[in-house]
Amino acid sequence: MGVSLAELCIVACAEAFRTSREIIATGIGPIPRLGAGLAKLTHSPGLMMTDGEAFLVEQPVPLGAQGEERPAPAGYLPFSRFFDSAVWTGRRHAMVTPTQIDRFGQTNLSALGGTHAQPKVQMLGARGFPGNGIYHPNSMFIPVHSTRVFVAGEVDRVSSPGYNPARRLPGGNYSGIDLRRIVTDLCVMDFGGPDHAIRVTSLHPGVTFAQVREATGFELIDTVEGETPLPGEEQLALIARLDPNGVRARVFKDNPPAERGAS
Amino acid sequence: MPTIDKTMDAAAVVSRLRSGMTLGIGGWGPRRKPMALVREILRSDLKDLTLVSYGGPDVGMLCAAGKVKKLIFAFVSLDEIPLEPWFRKSREAGAIEVLELDEGMFQWGLKAAAFSVPFLPTRVGLGTDLLELGGLETVTSPYGDGEVLVAMPALKLDAALIHVHRADRRGNVQALGPDTYYDEWFAKAADECFVSCEELVDAMEASYPQDVRANLFERCFVTGVAETPGGAYPTTMPPAYGWDTGWLKKYAAAAKDPGDWSAVAEWAVGASEADYLATVGGPEGVAALPLPVF
Repeated sequence: MGVSLAELCIVACAEAFRTSREIIATGIGPIPRLGAGLAKLTHSPGLMMTDGEAFLVEQPVPLGAQGEERPAPAGYLPFSRFFDSAVWTGRRHAMVTPTQIDRFGQTNLSALGGTHAQPKVQMLGARGFPGNGIYHPNSMFIPVHSTRVFVAGEVDRVSSPGYNPARRLPGGNYSGIDLRRIVTDLCVMDFGGPDHAIRVTSLHPGVTFAQVREATGFELIDTVEGETPLPGEEQLALIARLDPNGVRARVFKDNPPAERGAS
Repeated sequence: MPTIDKTMDAAAVVSRLRSGMTLGIGGWGPRRKPMALVREILRSDLKDLTLVSYGGPDVGMLCAAGKVKKLIFAFVSLDEIPLEPWFRKSREAGAIEVLELDEGMFQWGLKAAAFSVPFLPTRVGLGTDLLELGGLETVTSPYGDGEVLVAMPALKLDAALIHVHRADRRGNVQALGPDTYYDEWFAKAADECFVSCEELVDAMEASYPQDVRANLFERCFVTGVAETPGGAYPTTMPPAYGWDTGWLKKYAAAAKDPGDWSAVAEWAVGASEADYLATVGGPEGVAALPLPVF
């Protein structure tokens, strides 16, 4: 069996987490979570992560692991001290999947359309996004790259701050805003353009820049240097160990191969 | 020596609450929620409540029943079912007012209330819609740096409801799970705090002195104690029991079809707590629910 798009994205997510620091890596959803685990086991041993509940583990918890399969805890990071320890000290990098993202990197997890008093679609609420965004690095994983997610103009509600100069109060400290990488089913992007504009840095095999532009509601900068790297043997083996039941095969419709057009 | 006895039943707790109150509910999403007390509110005439909650089915049920005037929240979720469908319905009908916050701002507001200060400063909220939509103000540091910060207002609670594993008659409590969330701050932000427990003992020092580090907050913050075995059901209460996935799915599905709360309340709330718990297997059945795997 060939390499899947899911596995390609896991490696791209792992790359987003690359660091020499000791910080909490939080990957929300299977692909970001596997990416964080892969990063910890390969290039970024300083990364710390929880068991999904309250304990810190030194081995990533495999998806679905129960009982004896679960690594023993090495530390403690419950919600009750999450802001003190991880978020408000900047010692964390989260990878999340917001409902909308705009050209400033502002994201929406709150509501779509309507008014604040009566939204057309109520979603989760801002959760910890405002604090995450102002205090620590953040990346995003978007499984379906489309103009519904990468919206024209601004997001319907700004749940997490970005690089929009119109939303900066004089005297406010925005130095903690640090948006890193966006991994989608089509490409990898970053915020490295002028004034943190979003750039496409690599295309997944078989994807064109025109396809990405078509699926995005705002202008993108083309700094593509090549294809998103395929996983190596060691990475594939680690991914299989971290996801023994193959949850990653259910993230994308029909579990496509990493190389589009191949099958 | 005169003794302190704060024991009461769930109905007595609810009789101490009033319509229009600001009510804090401990726990987090579908985790360690004081659901027996919430069900007792659902059986009462209380209305026009302002809820302050890291929301789970507590918020959804109280919204569905028309008990909520305003909700102060950062999220409402059933975890495995990410979006709480009854809460969504209320919001999309424009039926409740809201103050939407960040999770960290929320606990910061409880801490401000606990310390009796009008606000606490934070960077959180800068660059987002929360400030304007919530009417939150900023404050400028009086020191040389002059930094402009969000002034997170105190979230003063008239009453807090919290569920723990053990309590004694004086109000010494123990919560045994891996996470205590922000229950401590709900208790301290409230004028009165009512605690329900899985097990009531006469004196903690006689029954469980070895677990005294599980004492979440001191008994001076406890107004009343009610014994409600299975009182977090259908939310998770580790290590005692897990959430009831089947119940949560049925409850979520009922928001769509037929979507009529009064019909749902018959099986989701019941006429009395004893009758209700019997329909879900009694305290023994609840105690047998497996813990969720994360």
